[in-house]
Amino acid sequence: MRSKPLSSFLNIMLVAFGTGILTILLLSSSQISEKLNKNSKDIDLVVGAKGSPLQLILSSIYYIDFPTGNIPLKDAKELSANPWVKRAVPLALGDNYNGIRIVGTDSNFVRLYDLRLQSGKFWAQDFETTIGATVAATQHLKIGDRFYGAHGLTGSSDVHKTHAYKVSGILQAQGNVTDNLILTNISSVWKMHDPAEEKEHEHTDKKEEHPEIQDKEITSLLIQYRSPMSVVMFPRMVNQSTNMQAASPAMESTRLFSLIGVGTETLQWFAVLIMLIAAISVFVNLYNSLKEKKYDLAIMRTLGASRFKLFLIVIIEGLLLTLVGTVIGIAFGHACLGLIGHFQESSQARLSGTIFLKDEIYLLIAGLGIGIFAAVIPAVQAYRSDISKILSKN
Amino acid sequence: MVTLKTVAHRYNNLSEIIFENWQVDKTQQWLLLGESGSGKTTLLHILTGILKPSRGEVIINETSIYQLGAKKLDQFRGQHIGIIFQRPHLIKSLTITENLLLAQSLAGLPLNRTRIHEVLDSLDVASKKKAYPSELSQGQLQRVSIARAVINKPSLLIADEPTSSLDDKNTNAVLNLLLKQSELNGSTLIVATHDKRVKDAFTNTYELK
Repeated sequence: MRSKPLSSFLNIMLVAFGTGILTILLLSSSQISEKLNKNSKDIDLVVGAKGSPLQLILSSIYYIDFPTGNIPLKDAKELSANPWVKRAVPLALGDNYNGIRIVGTDSNFVRLYDLRLQSGKFWAQDFETTIGATVAATQHLKIGDRFYGAHGLTGSSDVHKTHAYKVSGILQAQGNVTDNLILTNISSVWKMHDPAEEKEHEHTDKKEEHPEIQDKEITSLLIQYRSPMSVVMFPRMVNQSTNMQAASPAMESTRLFSLIGVGTETLQWFAVLIMLIAAISVFVNLYNSLKEKKYDLAIMRTLGASRFKLFLIVIIEGLLLTLVGTVIGIAFGHACLGLIGHFQESSQARLSGTIFLKDEIYLLIAGLGIGIFAAVIPAVQAYRSDISKILSKN
Repeated sequence: MVTLKTVAHRYNNLSEIIFENWQVDKTQQWLLLGESGSGKTTLLHILTGILKPSRGEVIINETSIYQLGAKKLDQFRGQHIGIIFQRPHLIKSLTITENLLLAQSLAGLPLNRTRIHEVLDSLDVASKKKAYPSELSQGQLQRVSIARAVINKPSLLIADEPTSSLDDKNTNAVLNLLLKQSELNGSTLIVATHDKRVKDAFTNTYELK
């Protein structure tokens, strides 16, 4: 190893690169699925406007995509009163503050996510808000501060200047989406879009009506079932008898994963391929250096080393190369993920590089396996070498 | 001490070299004389347990060495036989001291730095203890290789063509070192060479024809 620093370096880099990719895949997929599960923990069903069920789940549970549209409040109320429903949480989306979504909802939301206050109180009056822990930290908002919401889910080009929101409470960190939300009541969201007041506000297309306001509409409804029996019946009932759609978070998450899965699988094979190339490269390195070291090894035999000892020496060299590579790779993977998390825009699914998994042990074992695999042929050769021949050739 | 009994070796089923019986007594100093191609290296390898002869028996210190198992034989060689090669062949990535420590550890003996210093001192290379082989001159390297051969106080010290590439003055110096070291360590010495200049220093000669 010391005699060929460059090729050893190449071996270590290859192993490290392969392990690094696998580490990133392993960590990110486990973190994402954990985050997804945590956020949809107690929600059995989401009811919203017809459209893509995945989009409905993404917008109403993970607050990532745009909502599918609106549903009439009247219909939502009817569903909430259904005997199968244990709890129904209405959501009214549509505004943001510096990219953070403002969610109009009621006290059921608090119970659904089991929210606790860090300071202040929950929203009660119109335009009062309770903000997530991360929001308070990143936007430097304190209780009593006022801010203006902007129309849309991102960007602040179209600010609702007529009403200012006021911070009345800050939530404890929950470790889920609520850390990154601004909660208020539904009527605040409605009032923001009230055409009477909107008129004062310069609006480019005044003719475009806001039907969501006229007929009192909300974005979606999060539903908890009373009994598991409803799993089959309730979604079918919603989809067939109303003009709304029902989507199950569990089912859609699975579907989402099978979609992402194709990509991660390709990357996985790519990483495995790199590991394979690394194994061949370690093998070639050991094989070539064996030619040069043959004499050294023969001398060691004359000094009393057994055949088995030479075998071990070559195996250990291979192990050392891949072990160093694997450790660097795992560290590299964590660093990369930390970096990705640092520059990530969507704070809902931020990745962290400081979480270690048990599965990483398998990566280490795989690295060692590759070392042994690559070293075994050169090691057997070292074991079998005829030292009399090597010494007399000189 | 060393006994060669009806030893013969056959290469590739062609010619067979038959070696005369040979009896070497304790602390004797012998010259093994033969032209190149006379089977000198073969006999040395047979004597050191590296090459198993097709026939016959080699007894060193009352042990018939080819009846030992492979691992035992390697260990026996490490502990009882010191070999000096034509060229020094130290391990390049280790310092002089580390090379000698390796010789102790491979023989399965306890590491002893005082002994290393003592041997290097007696060969006048103690100052190079921490140097790497590439930093030493050819003469110094040869002395270190002698040090490595005697570090474990072998009962049999074997040198293969130690003087072939040296001038008259250095040939004498090396020979004297070998004679002195074998006495110092109580070893039996066998020097294999085709170099006639060496002849006068030895009373016992085993000649290959």
